[in-house]
Amino acid sequence: MDWLLNNIVTLTIFTPIIGALIVFLLPDDEKWIIRRSTFFLSMVPLALSLTMWFIWADQYRGMAGMFHFTQQVEWFPAIGASYHVGVDGISLPMILLSTVLTPLAILASFNIEDKTKMFMVLLLMMEGAMIGLFASLDLMIFFIFWEIGLVPIYFLIRIWGGKDRVYASFKFFIYTMAGSLGLLLSVQIMGLSTGTFDIPQLMDVWVNMDSQTFLETTGLGLTNVKILAYAAFFVAFAIKVPIWPFHTWLPDAHTQAPTAGSMILAGVLLKLGAYGFIRLVIPMFPEQAHATAGLLATLGMLSIVLGGFAAFGQWDFKRLVAYSSINHMGFVVLGIAVMAYVYGIDTETNPALRLDAIMATNGAVLQMINHGLSAAGMFFLVGVIYERAHTRDLKRFGGIWSIMPVYGGILIFTSMASLGLPGLNGFVGEFMITRGAWGPFYVQVAFSMIGLLMTGAYILKGIGEVLHGPTKKEWAALPKMTFMEHVVIWPLMIMMLVLGIWPQAVLAIINDTVTLLF
Amino acid sequence: MDMLEILTWLIPAGPLLAFVLILLVTNQNKRLSFLLAWAGIIASVGLAWFVSFNVVGVFLESEKELKKHPVQVASSIAWLPIGDYYGDPQGAAYAEAPAKDYADDSHSEDASHSADDGHSEDVAYADEEAKADDYGKAVAPETGTWFRLGVSVDPLTAVMLFMVPFAVFMIFVYSVGYHNFGKPAGHFLGIPNHGQEEPLFTRFFALMSLFAGAMLTLVVADNLLLIFVGWEIMGFCSYSLIGFWYARSYDDPKRVPPREASIKAFMTTRIADVVMLMGLVFFYRTFGTLNYTEAFTSDSLVNAIDILQPFGAAGLGIMALMIFTGTVGKSAQFPLHVWLPDAMEGPTPVSAVIHAAAMVSAGIYLVLRIFPLIGMALEASPGFAWTIAGIGAFTALMAATIAVAQNDVKGVLAYSTISQLGFMIAAIGIGGYIAAAFHLITHAYFKALLFMGSGSVIHGMEHGAEHVHDHHSDPQDMRLMGGLREKMPTTFWTFVVGGMALSGFPVITAGFWSKDEILAEAWYVFTYDFLGQHGSSHAGDPFGLVGLMVFVVLCIAAFLTAFYTTRQICLTFLGKPRSELAEHAHESDGYMTTPLVILSFFAIGAGWVGIPDTFLGTEGVFYNYFHHFVGATLYETVNNGLYKLDLIPHKIASLPFMITPLAASIVVALGGIGLGWMVYGRKPLEKGAIDPVAKVIPAPIYDFLQNKWYLDELYKAVFVRPVVFFSEVVVYEVMDKGLINGFLHLVANLTYRLGEVMRVTENAVFGDGVDWLSDRFLDLTKEFRTFQSGKIQEYALLSVLIAFVFTAFIILLNAGAFGI
Repeated sequence: MDWLLNNIVTLTIFTPIIGALIVFLLPDDEKWIIRRSTFFLSMVPLALSLTMWFIWADQYRGMAGMFHFTQQVEWFPAIGASYHVGVDGISLPMILLSTVLTPLAILASFNIEDKTKMFMVLLLMMEGAMIGLFASLDLMIFFIFWEIGLVPIYFLIRIWGGKDRVYASFKFFIYTMAGSLGLLLSVQIMGLSTGTFDIPQLMDVWVNMDSQTFLETTGLGLTNVKILAYAAFFVAFAIKVPIWPFHTWLPDAHTQAPTAGSMILAGVLLKLGAYGFIRLVIPMFPEQAHATAGLLATLGMLSIVLGGFAAFGQWDFKRLVAYSSINHMGFVVLGIAVMAYVYGIDTETNPALRLDAIMATNGAVLQMINHGLSAAGMFFLVGVIYERAHTRDLKRFGGIWSIMPVYGGILIFTSMASLGLPGLNGFVGEFMITRGAWGPFYVQVAFSMIGLLMTGAYILKGIGEVLHGPTKKEWAALPKMTFMEHVVIWPLMIMMLVLGIWPQAVLAIINDTVTLLF
Repeated sequence: MDMLEILTWLIPAGPLLAFVLILLVTNQNKRLSFLLAWAGIIASVGLAWFVSFNVVGVFLESEKELKKHPVQVASSIAWLPIGDYYGDPQGAAYAEAPAKDYADDSHSEDASHSADDGHSEDVAYADEEAKADDYGKAVAPETGTWFRLGVSVDPLTAVMLFMVPFAVFMIFVYSVGYHNFGKPAGHFLGIPNHGQEEPLFTRFFALMSLFAGAMLTLVVADNLLLIFVGWEIMGFCSYSLIGFWYARSYDDPKRVPPREASIKAFMTTRIADVVMLMGLVFFYRTFGTLNYTEAFTSDSLVNAIDILQPFGAAGLGIMALMIFTGTVGKSAQFPLHVWLPDAMEGPTPVSAVIHAAAMVSAGIYLVLRIFPLIGMALEASPGFAWTIAGIGAFTALMAATIAVAQNDVKGVLAYSTISQLGFMIAAIGIGGYIAAAFHLITHAYFKALLFMGSGSVIHGMEHGAEHVHDHHSDPQDMRLMGGLREKMPTTFWTFVVGGMALSGFPVITAGFWSKDEILAEAWYVFTYDFLGQHGSSHAGDPFGLVGLMVFVVLCIAAFLTAFYTTRQICLTFLGKPRSELAEHAHESDGYMTTPLVILSFFAIGAGWVGIPDTFLGTEGVFYNYFHHFVGATLYETVNNGLYKLDLIPHKIASLPFMITPLAASIVVALGGIGLGWMVYGRKPLEKGAIDPVAKVIPAPIYDFLQNKWYLDELYKAVFVRPVVFFSEVVVYEVMDKGLINGFLHLVANLTYRLGEVMRVTENAVFGDGVDWLSDRFLDLTKEFRTFQSGKIQEYALLSVLIAFVFTAFIILLNAGAFGI
């Protein structure tokens, strides 16, 4: 038991990867075995992350100290990189989100007949990479997982994607790679100048670096380097979130990806960007972040507003849902902007600002989870109808509710969670972010409300065009939702409802860490 | 928690539980479903009345006590963690005073604790009153910083609790008949099945239950966030219920089908809701709490003015206007009223719930809740008074004029509702807080009655249509009715009662008393502030002119109300049937008529609790129970706090007897009814004859009225189409696909070209040597490819996997995972 607890983060990271290996060794044709064993293998990390969760809830509530379950081992001493993993109240919910969504995505892809094995292997690898990224406390490890995470999703889109999969996967890959280049350079210079890649150490050493030492070790001016490195970090993670105007890869990638790919992409991968801001960008560059917080808030606002408008302008159901991600992640960005504004400044004299920051950051992390659940659900439901109708054209749909009443109810439920209907999860995060951002960024909040209005518009457009209207003959024979499809969507719906009514179930742990930040 | 607190928590539980059960368990069984819905709402009625009568009991025992402690029930739970944490959030024990609870120092939350009465009954609190005062109230002292949600009951809540669940229950009973329970089952999903049992019967009751639960949540909420939660869920239910017949379409392209009406309703109110959300956020940041009892103590309000300097009270006014915007949407005030007439596409019980008992009342309830803010805004600048009262009065008049020219039996009522809500808003805009609350309650009863009456009429007409197989005539068109008095006597008489209450028929009906109080309030503000008849220092205050404006406009609107109501009654029920449909109409069943009869008692009696103290100059004869009871809600804050500080224009006090408003309300009511009778009653409309109103009013004006002031067309041209264009073309095509993607593709192309150039250069410079190398390489790959039979992708994958596993192995090795 002790061994388990001491290695629990490592085990959570590597069990999916070992699982991938196991599945890889299975014979190609035994699809029945492949599917089921993948699913059961994916339950292992879920169990492990739940264990961490309950231990935290039981023992670590409100305790001092950022990271728990940490583990540090020498790995690459020559450059000061070590294998350092651990979780805090921000990464643990993210890990849990990954381990919850992956089994569901696997279930959702039980109908994949083409190269089943590779598909499953890729999904498991992806899960390992995501968990590793969330858990890493060393920049080198972080970067490795960051890059590794790119590969499986590229292939998922490239091989199992839709008509324009080549374009979409290429765009996604190149775009993200372009972002990572600057990131890699910046990481190198940070490691070079400080002699360590350890994130908790860097948060002190790098931030308080004095320019003379820096000049001596690197021969460069610290201020300029910091600005450049900040810009590189900013762009890398902004692409991943994605923040307007770096967002155009997303609608293509989401629309072309297979259902499970979209679920993971929207559910977890987008969070990597936002997580990067919270874990790295702001703590490493508090001054620069404070100075540009207004810009970040404005970009968040533009994501909300323009994402909302663009989603409303779509007639492809999946593309509509894809754009809704930009709209929703804009709120996360807005919350992060408040964190950027307040982080590192003295809040003793301005307690109201501290409350703003806690509210907004809590809200941002919660919104990441909420969006993960509802976006995964929405993409899955789009997949369900696409598989039956072989179209995503909203103009062709209509009257589906009379044919698939249960599907209709589920679609409305999930849509409403996405819309931010109070009582379901989406609302809580949006409210907290709006509340937190009102103090420092009330202008941006005011404009964001236009985006919130458009959220309603596109969600109702989707529901209206698909479900409402007179029944059309061509859809009269659409089969009902299968048992397997229910198995995928119900856990998501239950989580949406529970988090809407009792958000402290998750927020309590997020709050533990967030209050330590300010 | 004492028992009353637990019971208050349980008030919304019944219908919410019914919703879940109907949806998940009994959705195939119609009888069980509606019985569940009934059981849920009956439980709510019982609990709500019990709690409500408890408060009334306190009032009857000691009015002073209630004024001092208006909040009779208060209970809350820690809901959102928003700061430091010190132990079990729901725990009762007091921990040491937190060292770093900055919120304690927060100016806005100081010492508002002692104002809360609910907790003073709590022994722990009472014992440690002094200690508790050191803590901020939004912060539960024992647990760190939490955002708390809870329930509270004060006199205003109590009257709502008396009205809402019972009215909703009546509608639940009525709905069973309306959807033809027990008749042969209909088979068409999503369209009305005339004369047959609604196939989506259970869905209807599930949604109605959710609606009721949301409304009751809103009523018992102790803070604005929970109000907003109920508010939005009601918005969703109204969307679903307006679009209940989602598959319906019309041949007439000008007619709005239900599915579009539902989107219109949701989006129009959402415009208001997002502004309201901003207002709430602003409120929260300023007061440090969303609990209105805590925020609306005079200390906290004075504090807020400090915080908002240099704007001061005007800042609070802006906040009030932002929250008030929510009401403009929900209570269908100009310019956001356009959704409500189209909402008539829903089944009639839905109209009754949305437009009478619940949703539109919620809007008024909200402004009553934030009244101290509004009152302070009125004092801060007459601009706020002109805005709020102006919107109300204008809406009241505009909607009344439109109602005159409507031929749809429900359409008249829809506009009438908008108009009556305008009365309430106008009353609030002149500080007539209690008058608005009074009109809210009486209006709910008689408007629910009228809607259900009209539904009964339509039901009868639809029956006639089935009978003669006429599917083209509109069963809602009053021009095709007539003579229904003999066919549907119960409906007729109850409709007359409701209609007279709406017209404000003097002395007997409820509508008279509440409308009279609004007019008296307006006249009082005018004479008190502007003419200075009462020796006030306010004499000449421009605020008084607002009172005059409201008085005049509402008198005209009230006259029109009496007129169109009489027109409606006469057209519908009197004379001879003007169509086959009316010929074969017949009375509705007991499910439908029983609620009509019960509600008509309330439509009369509900006004008698509000007869002014000084009616006709008497003293000690009448007692305005309603006024004193609801007035107790804010008595402490307003009379002993804000008024003394000169932050609010009026005290809460009984008005002196004034003959002008009384005479005016009698004259307009009787005048309107009389004129209506002269035009439509004495000589009922003949079959095929033109409506006299259309003959009298010049054609352009009549068209203008009938087309609802062309506001729908205007909005479509100014808002809807530009937004669609902006979304589809500007944002998506031009910005995303054109500019951003264009830029990306440009970069990609340039890179590609650059590569080409380099290749060519390389060839030129290095020549054959390189060629030879690359040729050999190509040969090699060719062989390799045949060997690998083209599985390039899997090959790439394998290599990544190997790299991954290798790294993982090293890491694990170092981590000591294998015990080496």
